[in-house]
Amino acid sequence: METPLQTEIEPRRKVNAANVISQFAPLIFLVVLMFVFWQAEPRFMNPLNLFNVMRQVSITGLIAIGMTFVILTGGIDLSVGSMLALAGMAAAVVAKGGAANTLSLNAGAQVGFGTEAAILAALLVGIACGFLQGITIIRLGVPAFVVTLGGLTVFRGLTLILSSGGPISGFDESYRWWGQGLIALPFLQGESRVPVGIPIPVIIFLGFAILAHVILRYTRYGRHIYAIGGNREAARLSGLNVDRLTLSVYVIVGFFAGLGGFVLSSRLNSSEAVAGVGYELTVIASVVIGGTSLFGGEGRVLGTVIGAILIGVLTNGLVLLNVSSYIQQIVIGVIIVLAVAFDRFVKSRRSV
Amino acid sequence: MTLLLNMTRISKQFPGVRALDEVALEVERGEIHGLLGENGAGKSTLLKILSGAHRPDSGTITLDGQTLHFDTPQQAQSAGVVTIYQEFNLVPQLTIAENVFIGREPGNAMFFNWRRLATETRALTDRLGISIDPLTMVRDLSVAEQQMVEIARAISMRSRLIIMDEPTSALSETEVERLFGIMRDLREQGLSIIFVSHRLEEVMRICNRITVLRDGRNAGTAAISDITIPDIIRMMVGRTLADMYQGEHQRGDGEMALRVRNLNRRGNAQDPHAILLKNVSFDLYKGEILGIAGLVGAGRTEIARAIFGADAFSSADIEIDGKPVRISSPRDAIRQGIGLIPEDRKQQALFLSLTVRQNFSIASLGRFLRLGAFVDERNESTQLESYRQSLNIRMTSPEQRVGNLSGGNQQKVVIARWLAMNPKILIVDEPTRGIDVSAKAEVHALLHQMAGSGIAVIMISSELSEILGMSDRIITISEGRLTGEIARKDASEERLMAMMSPTSAPLHRAAQTN
Repeated sequence: METPLQTEIEPRRKVNAANVISQFAPLIFLVVLMFVFWQAEPRFMNPLNLFNVMRQVSITGLIAIGMTFVILTGGIDLSVGSMLALAGMAAAVVAKGGAANTLSLNAGAQVGFGTEAAILAALLVGIACGFLQGITIIRLGVPAFVVTLGGLTVFRGLTLILSSGGPISGFDESYRWWGQGLIALPFLQGESRVPVGIPIPVIIFLGFAILAHVILRYTRYGRHIYAIGGNREAARLSGLNVDRLTLSVYVIVGFFAGLGGFVLSSRLNSSEAVAGVGYELTVIASVVIGGTSLFGGEGRVLGTVIGAILIGVLTNGLVLLNVSSYIQQIVIGVIIVLAVAFDRFVKSRRSV
Repeated sequence: MTLLLNMTRISKQFPGVRALDEVALEVERGEIHGLLGENGAGKSTLLKILSGAHRPDSGTITLDGQTLHFDTPQQAQSAGVVTIYQEFNLVPQLTIAENVFIGREPGNAMFFNWRRLATETRALTDRLGISIDPLTMVRDLSVAEQQMVEIARAISMRSRLIIMDEPTSALSETEVERLFGIMRDLREQGLSIIFVSHRLEEVMRICNRITVLRDGRNAGTAAISDITIPDIIRMMVGRTLADMYQGEHQRGDGEMALRVRNLNRRGNAQDPHAILLKNVSFDLYKGEILGIAGLVGAGRTEIARAIFGADAFSSADIEIDGKPVRISSPRDAIRQGIGLIPEDRKQQALFLSLTVRQNFSIASLGRFLRLGAFVDERNESTQLESYRQSLNIRMTSPEQRVGNLSGGNQQKVVIARWLAMNPKILIVDEPTRGIDVSAKAEVHALLHQMAGSGIAVIMISSELSEILGMSDRIITISEGRLTGEIARKDASEERLMAMMSPTSAPLHRAAQTN
């Protein structure tokens, strides 16, 4: 529809209800869902359970932060699960002091290269994988979907070679702290004998979410990301270095997959060759539920955080309600579609 | 003459906007009827109601005396009302014949009858006087040829009324002539056509009568023989525009801003239909508007893109302010102080999902930084506000989505974007395509102002009246070569047409030594 001719600037228009709802659609959906679970099963609201949900969410949530950058540019990365496994395996090998020592339990403290080196290894592996894929996308012009589909199998294969097929387990305490540690909250202790507190992975997840939000919302780099997702050609003709920006988002998602790989290995006290299989779907679902458009140019990291939590809450709630795991899959699939449909519906009602 | 279409007291309300208020439109049999009005006047809404895409809140539509209620475009089509939109509804990967008969293919439930499909399409194209193999893929056709396919499809549906929405906006002068020939033939055969165009000269040439809308109401209906262009403009804007091309500014003896030599564009494997350029050379001075005229496909846009570094297959020796520069990307060009307002606003300039403010500052974010990385949004809004006032941009707030602005206001946002980077050279490609008359006059005034302030402006346009009205100097190109240069005082439409046409081999360019 054509916009009517306006002669004067209108006074600031009244707050449009649809606009507000569209901002918070995923959050509203999450709150409703939590309320329903709470009513059906009071244990759901137990702080111990809620922190547990958050701990589970934080790995895919971390990767979803990186994926938000990629999807905002109109790209996609299907290889995140394999990058996570490879990075986690690299961290394990470094922590054990080389491939030869991987079978000795608790060898880390004596012969390993230390936790800091393990973290660095995981991050570097993630960044390197992302860089490799990004370069392929911009230099060879192969669609991101295809490149990262290839990456998905290549990185999984590399993980299997590195680990000789089996898991690498048993790390020292400083390694395990990153996945299993807590910041204790004594006032929540109650009669529970298990210590209650904020898990370290949750702090990492939310910390990086805030950082990513600030970058995307307030910096020139963030503005550029939205611009190339909104209109690639217009971005190029506005003087943006589209290739370098595209490369950067694949490096960023690689970084987060690497970080997620280390945190997961730390939480499980084990790096598995089959870790992260199927994570790409959960991660992409988190981003999309959070309101980010798969076509790029529209979306927010905070939405992604809500999306990731929503999937975690859903899984947890269904388990508490003793819903069979077969039915769980069906419910989760339907809810994902409904959440996105709701978001699109509200956006279509938006006026400005 | 008998009445074919009679729309009376049509009203339509959208949330917050009264789009149509008791509008009437009458079209006779065998008539080409012009429907005019500025963007936002209600033309689109009226046509959407006629084609079944919208339902009116009140009012009646009769066709051939029968009252109609269209709920879907299909119903309108089967009643004989077919719309040809600006963006064609063709499937590029299918043949002409398949596109013409899409959804109505001859044959049985499983297989097409290819032979019948081809012969029937051939019969239609013959009737239109065009000769293209019906089995050509639509993606291999030019814009003008694709339009012919749309018209063939409209005729094949036994339509009585064809609505053409801005059919000439992407055509060259000769293609427009051919389209008009076909429209006249269809009129002879008793069809009626509703013709929507912003180009009033064309309306005067082809239409029998016109209906003008303004602010959702009828502003008048008249036979073309009783009316002049200034009358039409007065009806459209509700006031007189003293002169569409006033404000003639005098170019002083400015210094040379840009020197282009040996601009070439090679063919390449990716694009076998690429338009080539051969040794194009010209100069551009500070404070002048240099018009580039040529037929569609002559290479006008390619020259602009080559100078701006937007095109990988072009090369040129370029000097700016007397110093040779290397421009291999738009980034380089912008660093050298060149701006480009591209021909296709939606595809090449705007970020429709972003706000006016974000669209405004995207090419000059470096000027809005704090701490080296953070965008100073308050400063963006302040600057945008000053451009909003000086360019008369109509918007509700800096946070409005640019996609919700009218075409003219979108173009002003793009102009503001480049003014914000303080350009030395500004290239504008079809600066007034698809924008309404008063916005057009404002854009023209802005271009004069820019030139007056010392910016060197290159203006590309397929409207000769615009080229003649705006330029200080005009160069013409044909088939990728420079064919002439002429000062505005010596130029006329006839001379330009001769210089632009492919057959005029001898160079009109004055002997030039350097």
